[in-house]
Amino acid sequence: MYKWDFAPVFANAGLLAEGLANTLKVTAVALGCGLVLGLALALLRLSPRLFLSWPAGFVIEVFRTTPPLVQLFWFFFALPLIAGIEMTPFVAAVTTFSIQSAAFFAEVFRAGIQSIERGQWEGALAIGMSRRQALNHIVLPQAVTRMIPAFLERSIELMKTTTLVATIAYADLLYQANAIAQKTYRPLETFTVAALIYFVVIFAFSLLARRLERRLAVGGESTVH
Amino acid sequence: MGQAWDFASVFANTDALIAGAIGTVRLFAICLVLGLGLGLLVGLARYAHSRWFNIPATVFVEFFRNTPVLVQMLWFYFALPILVPLEISSLAAAALGISLNTAAFSAEIYRGGIQSIERGQWDGARAIGMGWGQTMRRIVLPQAIKRMMPALTNRAIEVFKMTTLASAVAYVELLQQGKLIASLNFNPIEAYTTIAVIFFVILWPLVQLTYVLERRLKRDE
Amino acid sequence: MTILRARALAKRFGTIDVLRDIDLDVERGERIAILGASGSGKSTFLRCLNFMELPTSGRVELDGRVVGSERGRDVSYRESELTAVRQKVGMVFQQFNLFPHMTAVGNVMEGLRTVRRQSKPEARARAEKELARVGLADKAETYPAHLSGGQKQRVAIARALAMDPELLLFDEPTSALDPELVGEVLTVILSLAEEGRTMLLVTHELGFAYHVATRVIFLADGTIHEQGTPDEILKNPKKERTRAFLASHRQFSF
Repeated sequence: MYKWDFAPVFANAGLLAEGLANTLKVTAVALGCGLVLGLALALLRLSPRLFLSWPAGFVIEVFRTTPPLVQLFWFFFALPLIAGIEMTPFVAAVTTFSIQSAAFFAEVFRAGIQSIERGQWEGALAIGMSRRQALNHIVLPQAVTRMIPAFLERSIELMKTTTLVATIAYADLLYQANAIAQKTYRPLETFTVAALIYFVVIFAFSLLARRLERRLAVGGESTVH
Repeated sequence: MGQAWDFASVFANTDALIAGAIGTVRLFAICLVLGLGLGLLVGLARYAHSRWFNIPATVFVEFFRNTPVLVQMLWFYFALPILVPLEISSLAAAALGISLNTAAFSAEIYRGGIQSIERGQWDGARAIGMGWGQTMRRIVLPQAIKRMMPALTNRAIEVFKMTTLASAVAYVELLQQGKLIASLNFNPIEAYTTIAVIFFVILWPLVQLTYVLERRLKRDE
Repeated sequence: MTILRARALAKRFGTIDVLRDIDLDVERGERIAILGASGSGKSTFLRCLNFMELPTSGRVELDGRVVGSERGRDVSYRESELTAVRQKVGMVFQQFNLFPHMTAVGNVMEGLRTVRRQSKPEARARAEKELARVGLADKAETYPAHLSGGQKQRVAIARALAMDPELLLFDEPTSALDPELVGEVLTVILSLAEEGRTMLLVTHELGFAYHVATRVIFLADGTIHEQGTPDEILKNPKKERTRAFLASHRQFSF
């Protein structure tokens, strides 16, 4: 019968906490950049000018159709050689995941904006608003409420995707867990604890997201996934 | 810049790439079948009224949807062999990690699809004396599958992308071979670009298929 | 011969008593029309008779045997027994509930194949016969999406008939139909009546009830408020509520 011994794991609790903090840091930064970039990409994609919408479309398709890990490796190993710049694991991670989540957010933005019926646009234009005013004052506010559930879903996905940074030696929670496992020769306890920490954190966010969704739905707007 | 791109050395290693492709497809097939198959069972259990099925299924779904696949993979590769006196190959660890995750996600797709079938269908079937199993098999699932196709094809695409994670446990698939080529020939740009292009070429048609399915579903509803 | 007997049937949803204490005997060949305002419990009552809803208390006897196992005042039900009951007590729904992924003949055959385990040719032959009886032999291979409401309901009736039920329950069979399609369905039901079939009919078609029913029941507040022959209830109701109900139905008749 195997003797479980969590003591060595808890002895390294500090490293685990550091790792968790780093995980959250990457997620938060990538999320923020991704949202802004995603909106920009969506607007470019919706533009009637082909020289704007095509490149945007290309970026979106490429980043949605290739595996995140391949993207990460490309940004970490390949880009520095092309651009002649230094790439730390953190920068590579943030760059990759910002663009990657931007590509998904762009589609959510686009679907949300397009889901607002023509009538709203026409109503706004008919009272003399410009297209930009209509977008900012009438369409986007309504679209945003509808898009929140999809955003929350994507954000939780991002939290899980960022574990990939462990493969490029960024000291996130998984990387620390691996290091501790090798140091203490206790992979079973270490990885179990790491898995549980991930579960608790992500599950908590997941529940929060669901509660938020329910509150939005009660407010009259039905949420469409 | 100024350095000429060297794709020649990548193509010189075509056999390595092919080995990788075979590994990717093999892992994909295993995980798709296991994931979608197990997912159906868990989805039915989630839908069932009995607490004996419902609660374990819910725990399963919540746990495997809210933990990263890479963590699960490493757990199966490093931790499980200690608990259980079995050899866990990288294929097994990768397959377990990806399949369980896929099962959890597809369980929710199945449950949603089944729940979307209006109650009148259950009434119609029960009224002619059909039991729960017969109704599910003959009436509800056939109708639900059609509605679930877009979401399920999406899942399949995700599974294909997830196979790259297996490189973390040194399983021979496309990305792993890319790493190999890059380290042997010192050409990470060409190597990883090639890998990215291969994935894009394979997945893009499938993504377009998902759009077509979604549009057709919206039109039929 | 009493086919069905309901005793002290009651049904509660949450805190609401939809049915309170209903007694009913149904003899072979009887055609009972059930009238009542919405919320009076008519559909619930019907659905209790083929156990689509389980009664909260009271019992139902089919062919002299109590359905379910009695334990003092409580009755417990096993799903396997209920599915057997539903083969004997057929139901036609307001919303048809046809299976959209099967053709008309496929719908009618389904019970025979899956529940009675008949062979395909056997089931098909029977199904085609029933479709012919409701006048839809030429629509056998058509999918429900391409049938009119009246045709859909007739297929639903054929589907119920294929199971050889002793008793047919009609739950507002024409309420969801466009007015000009109501007639074709009522004609089929009338032909079944003329064959001597036993049926319970929840309906708002008072004229049809008058011509087809052997007994009329008026439900109010979950109990049988008044019952009698069609002449008694529809032409000379004794109780005030029955009168008021009929008057509201006749408000705009010309």
